[in-house]
Amino acid sequence: MKMRMLTFIDRPTPIHKMTGASKLICFLLWSIIGMSTYDTWVLIFMLVTGLAVFAVSRIKFQEISFVLIFILIFLLLNDLAIYGFSPEQGVQIYGTRHVILRLPGSYSLTLEQLFYELNISLKYFSMIPFALLFIVTTQPSEFAASLNKIGVSYRISYAVAITLRYIPDIQRDYQEIAQAQQARGIDLSKKARIGIRIKNAAAIVLPLIFSSLGRIETISNGMELRGFGKKKMRTWYSARTFAKRDYLGIAFSAAVLVLSLTIMLVRGSRYYNPFQ
Amino acid sequence: MKKDLLNIRTIVAIGIGAAIFIVLRYITIPVGIVPNTTVQLNYIFLALIAVIYGPIAGGLIGLLGHSIGDALQYGNVWWSWVIVSALVGVGFGLIWRKLKISEGIFGWKSVVLFNVVQIITQAIGWFLVAPLGDITIYAEPAKKVFLQGIVAGVLDIVTVGIFGTLLIWIYAKTQTKKGSLKKEE
Repeated sequence: MKMRMLTFIDRPTPIHKMTGASKLICFLLWSIIGMSTYDTWVLIFMLVTGLAVFAVSRIKFQEISFVLIFILIFLLLNDLAIYGFSPEQGVQIYGTRHVILRLPGSYSLTLEQLFYELNISLKYFSMIPFALLFIVTTQPSEFAASLNKIGVSYRISYAVAITLRYIPDIQRDYQEIAQAQQARGIDLSKKARIGIRIKNAAAIVLPLIFSSLGRIETISNGMELRGFGKKKMRTWYSARTFAKRDYLGIAFSAAVLVLSLTIMLVRGSRYYNPFQ
Repeated sequence: MKKDLLNIRTIVAIGIGAAIFIVLRYITIPVGIVPNTTVQLNYIFLALIAVIYGPIAGGLIGLLGHSIGDALQYGNVWWSWVIVSALVGVGFGLIWRKLKISEGIFGWKSVVLFNVVQIITQAIGWFLVAPLGDITIYAEPAKKVFLQGIVAGVLDIVTVGIFGTLLIWIYAKTQTKKGSLKKEE
């Protein structure tokens, strides 16, 4: 079984040189913008900015294309499901009704519905570059240090460091256990009957879970012996100090958030309505 | 009190637990009755680790496991569903002091208690919080998100009810029972 995950891709670009903490703050600010607004222009601006930053980071399209394929399928299904369940959602939101195509039942295609579905796709899509860039341009060990820097307790930051550190180990354990069990004749394919298939899956998943739980004891003993958690503070090997580009990035993201919120307040609505 | 809830073992359990949660997202068992439906293993595991290490561990494993997992797998984080995972993790963990899993005890009373709690928390999470989150953030149609939430919730409640209970029972059997050693007369 293939487990495709995004990983850190090292390139000498300004985006990579930004500290993890400032990238995390920027990512969270853009998340808030993306979740709060429904303004088409803000979303388009967000997407364009995201793509520009993406170009600067020199990440190749092939390196992340598997994620995009998934998202595109998800968006397509989601848009179809929305239309199937609620073809008048756009009319409800924008308050007018321009029918383009008459269809039986309540399924007449309206301009409002199309615009609403465009907006919702844009809303999902405009977040992708930021989340994706944060993952592929931040060194995993720096990620934990950045969490601590933005105020998360160092104990919890350290838990995140452990997570990122042990994902590959647990993946490898899974492969080893699965291969060992398959060598003993355990069939995981669709050929086996459902009852047998569940039993066979248990023969792989149970050892995986129990051996991984065993690691908890080993690691916590090791940390306890080294005096983890005795002090109120902790320094991080991979922590870095903010440079000018970090302040610029945060200031820019914060300015866009303020702008987006101001637009919402002035208009009194999250939506940009071209129909009125 | 705080030290008790967030000691070293809990911190490591959160880290390793979230890592297992993320890896388990990729391992699914095709059920075969309905095409393309699979048994999600990660909530079964979340139930186990939450009843061993408590609500804080459960909640944080849900939060970190779901958000980091989303980011690594899809390059995007669905915050409305991440919140539900955190909530479900806390819910599972609330009964950790009542159940004595680490002492090898998981009798019928515990099975009933665990299932009552898991059904209530998952129902609140999947039937209410997840759809409401999608409605407020994405303005998705209510009918669609409530149906999605109910389908996902019923599936999760059933799988955690069957396999989660089994997994905790198997884990409890591997633990040494209190008073299992007797002094020879």
